[in-house]
Amino acid sequence: MNVPNELFYAKTHEWARKEGNKIYVGITDHAQHEITDIVHVELPEIGKKFAKAQPCAVVESVKSAFDIYSPVSGTVIEVNEELLSSPEIINQSPYEKGFFFVLELQNENDLKELMTAETYKNSL
Amino acid sequence: MNYIPINEQDKKEMLARIGVKNTEDLLSLQIPEVLRAKKLNITEGISEQELLLLFKNYAKKNKSNLVCFRGAGIYDHFIPSLVDEIIGRSEFSTAYTPYQAEASQGTLQAIFEYQSMICQLTGLDCANASMYDGATAVAEAVLLAVRTSKKNKVIISSAVNPEYISVVETYTKNLNIEIIKIEIDEKTGSVNQNLLQSKMADDIGAVVVQSPNFFGIVEDMQVLSEISKTKNALFVAIVNPVSLGLLKTPCEYGADIAVGEGQVFGNQMYLGGSTFGFLAVKKALEWKIPGRVVGQTIDKNGKRGFVLTLQSREQHIRREKATSNICTNAALNAFAGCVYMACLGSNGIKEIAETNISKARYAFNAIKKIDGFEPLFSNSLFFNEFVFKTTKNVKKIEKQLLKENILGPLNLVKINKKYKDCIMFAVTEKRTKQEIDKLTDILNRV
Amino acid sequence: MNKLLNEIKSNRQECRVVECDVPIDVSIDMKYKGQTVPNIPNLSEISLLRHFTNLSRRNYALSTTFYPLGSCTMKYNPIVNEKIAKFEEFASLHPYQSEETIQGSLEVMYELERALCEISGMDYFTLQPAAGAHGEYAGLLIIAQYFKSKKEKRTKIIVPDSAHGTNPASAALAGFEIVSLKSDENGIISPANLKEVLTQDVACMMMTVPNTLGVFEKNIAEISKMIHENGSLLYYDGANLNAVMGIARPADIGFDVMHINLHKTFSTPHGGGGPGSGPVGVKSFLKDFLPMPLIIKENDEFKVSFNNKKQSIGKMKAFFGNFPVLLKACAYVKALGGVGLKEASTQAVLNANYVLSCLKNKVSIPAGNVCMHEFVLSSKGHLGEGIKTLDVAKRLLDYGYYAPTIYFPLIVEEAMMIEPTETESKQVLDEFIDVLSKIIDESKTNPEIVHNAPVNTFVSRLNEVEAARKPKLHW
Repeated sequence: MNVPNELFYAKTHEWARKEGNKIYVGITDHAQHEITDIVHVELPEIGKKFAKAQPCAVVESVKSAFDIYSPVSGTVIEVNEELLSSPEIINQSPYEKGFFFVLELQNENDLKELMTAETYKNSL
Repeated sequence: MNYIPINEQDKKEMLARIGVKNTEDLLSLQIPEVLRAKKLNITEGISEQELLLLFKNYAKKNKSNLVCFRGAGIYDHFIPSLVDEIIGRSEFSTAYTPYQAEASQGTLQAIFEYQSMICQLTGLDCANASMYDGATAVAEAVLLAVRTSKKNKVIISSAVNPEYISVVETYTKNLNIEIIKIEIDEKTGSVNQNLLQSKMADDIGAVVVQSPNFFGIVEDMQVLSEISKTKNALFVAIVNPVSLGLLKTPCEYGADIAVGEGQVFGNQMYLGGSTFGFLAVKKALEWKIPGRVVGQTIDKNGKRGFVLTLQSREQHIRREKATSNICTNAALNAFAGCVYMACLGSNGIKEIAETNISKARYAFNAIKKIDGFEPLFSNSLFFNEFVFKTTKNVKKIEKQLLKENILGPLNLVKINKKYKDCIMFAVTEKRTKQEIDKLTDILNRV
Repeated sequence: MNKLLNEIKSNRQECRVVECDVPIDVSIDMKYKGQTVPNIPNLSEISLLRHFTNLSRRNYALSTTFYPLGSCTMKYNPIVNEKIAKFEEFASLHPYQSEETIQGSLEVMYELERALCEISGMDYFTLQPAAGAHGEYAGLLIIAQYFKSKKEKRTKIIVPDSAHGTNPASAALAGFEIVSLKSDENGIISPANLKEVLTQDVACMMMTVPNTLGVFEKNIAEISKMIHENGSLLYYDGANLNAVMGIARPADIGFDVMHINLHKTFSTPHGGGGPGSGPVGVKSFLKDFLPMPLIIKENDEFKVSFNNKKQSIGKMKAFFGNFPVLLKACAYVKALGGVGLKEASTQAVLNANYVLSCLKNKVSIPAGNVCMHEFVLSSKGHLGEGIKTLDVAKRLLDYGYYAPTIYFPLIVEEAMMIEPTETESKQVLDEFIDVLSKIIDESKTNPEIVHNAPVNTFVSRLNEVEAARKPKLHW
């Protein structure tokens, strides 16, 4: 299972990558593997604010649907529209091309409350 | 009759295998005695012969097979014999919902073909496998529009069928959705365009208009659609599919959602049900659509096949977050519609629209000539339904016509008190010149 | 080669529509006139007959196949009911005909309504809802209206984690918040678990008895007491009514509102997904909230009543309901009679227990070794390496069976729900048991063949992933 060291992880299997004040959010390799083939995603609207752990997106397989929870609080400034026409990108590249959206970070502390790669790996 | 193919010997062996003495033991093992029911007070069962007689006797108490000039949402159209032949096949009628796709390619392809033809007729991109009826299709369209636009106010024309409006109100009252009814122009019988424009605002999620409307009048859907777009509201068109062989399609006038009552396609009137509702949307709304959807795909060997798809929208997966709670829909009735559309083809669809409007005009012009009958909306385009105001006694008209086995026009005072002495006629391709002439003759003599 | 309608070329000569015997008059203003011709082919009748007849032969159906489908009650659909439904005296009626001209149909509906009351113990039924989920929705709207009339703010509905998906979906539609209730270790509702979620703002709990594991909820009396003492109501999902006709009555065991699935318990055919019918029954204190209209009897006449306009939830659909379905259900009740209905339920319970007893050594039965009309097995740990319940279901298709319900209820892993119904013979049951046992063995000795199933059907397993990723929903 791929668990990149530089990312932060929520126990609900989302990852967060910090780039300045921007937080890229996606789901982990473990998550995409468990969900199996992803067929559809519902992405949040740009401008929407989310609190930490609030459901903000949905990822769907043929037989199931899963809520995605915002790993930190913030405002959505970008969504990965490519996922709407090609959701399989998430399965193929969960940490890079398969990011879901970008948040403007509201509270630096939120990041500190997330798991490191090591902790997340051990929790699996 | 109880249709149970198990005799006493079978029962004995089964009980022995289970390890209980009798079926009563099986029940008392699980159900506390105090909860057990008494003997049901329902008359003893009867044989097939007696059953047929019993229902023949019920049937005789109906005054049926009338020459029908009444519409208001349910119409007497001709149904090609092939329709009943096909939907009567037990392989279709006793099949289960096609969850196991490999065992259901008949039903699935039939639904796919149905969806295709609804898309062709309406010009839109995606149709579902059916809703219960036209009224619930309208209600689901309103919910879909609110879900999509994220605005909770919906404008609906008062010329939409009152049954549909009633169902919309039932569906929306617990959901913080405001339904704004707008009055029609009493001269034209259609939506008051200026009034609609004045009601448009940034918080309007959708505008719902029926055409031909409840009074039979054809609305200027192009203009109404444009008015909706001035505030980015979705335009929901309720259409009579029979009229689409002549009139502009929902796609042509920019509708986002098209719904309607499918009874007119291949289903008998049956006191208003069972029928089916159709619902079609533009591509952008595909994943938000309620109900089942069938898609084309291939199997392991590359063979084309069909499967229920986009299922993660539905209740069995999404539960409280589903696009609708609908599970069982109106599959067989929609299939009747499918066979009907296939029987007609694009030529037949055009011909039937032309025949309907021609016969309606013939009847309209004849009735107009009678003393005491004045069209309520004189200069408006109608399709196969129209309203007259009369100075004659409406009840007497109904009675006289019924004596001749004719089901006359609908007394509109039942819909709204302001339509006192207004009667609404429907004339389909099924009404012969002779029947229409007889109608006008009786109306003249009343 | 299998063709879609638009791939058939047969140049139809004849006109399908009657020639117009009045002058053709189609002149309309250009702003109304349509410009597109739909791509709907004009095919000769022979090609249509062959097309649809061949399609039908690709279906498994109750008329050809055993359907041990849990929660669906795929019992025999009596042919005589189809014949009755075709009577022109019923089929040709317009919904806006005056009452005096539709007395026969009104009487049929009234008789059915009275029979459903007797079977369920409820005081009144509406026959309007078009399906089970529609009935649930109506029932919950009635409950919402009831609390509104009492000026009580109750926003929550308790739904067991074993419930059918339509339960929470209907509750959400009715504007409620869903509270999930965990089943206990026996798969039933325990008063202790219920106590934890039964707050003052709970409007009702939805339940089915027996539950979706096929187990009779034996704590129902205490559950009902707790619910009612809390000022809440109890809703009965009638999907499993086939287990209890003449044996236990929902109203008597503590329920206030319920729906029935006529296309399950009352033998009306499934139609490949409808039409169904979901009548809703209530105790008399809820009568005024029922949808309009109601069918009533005054002296010896049947009337269409809108008397409860003020308090009614309104209309669930246009007109009366799915009349042909109501008609068939009424014929079923008349054919069986009170004794026959109890026999049906009793036999349904016997058949399910027989199948359970014959299979219990080959699978796990989480809810125990006795059941009502259906039971749930888990294949976990009993199949060959890498083989799942899904594969077993697909392999059953190869043997000519429609697979049982799988992966429901959600609380059982690798679940398979079996409901034989009462209209199957012992031979059919024995053959099914043999085949299912054989497949379980096959999964260990020849897993490939189970994994690749089905191979004997018109198509093999379909690519559902691509169907969802790149939807092709029309030709």
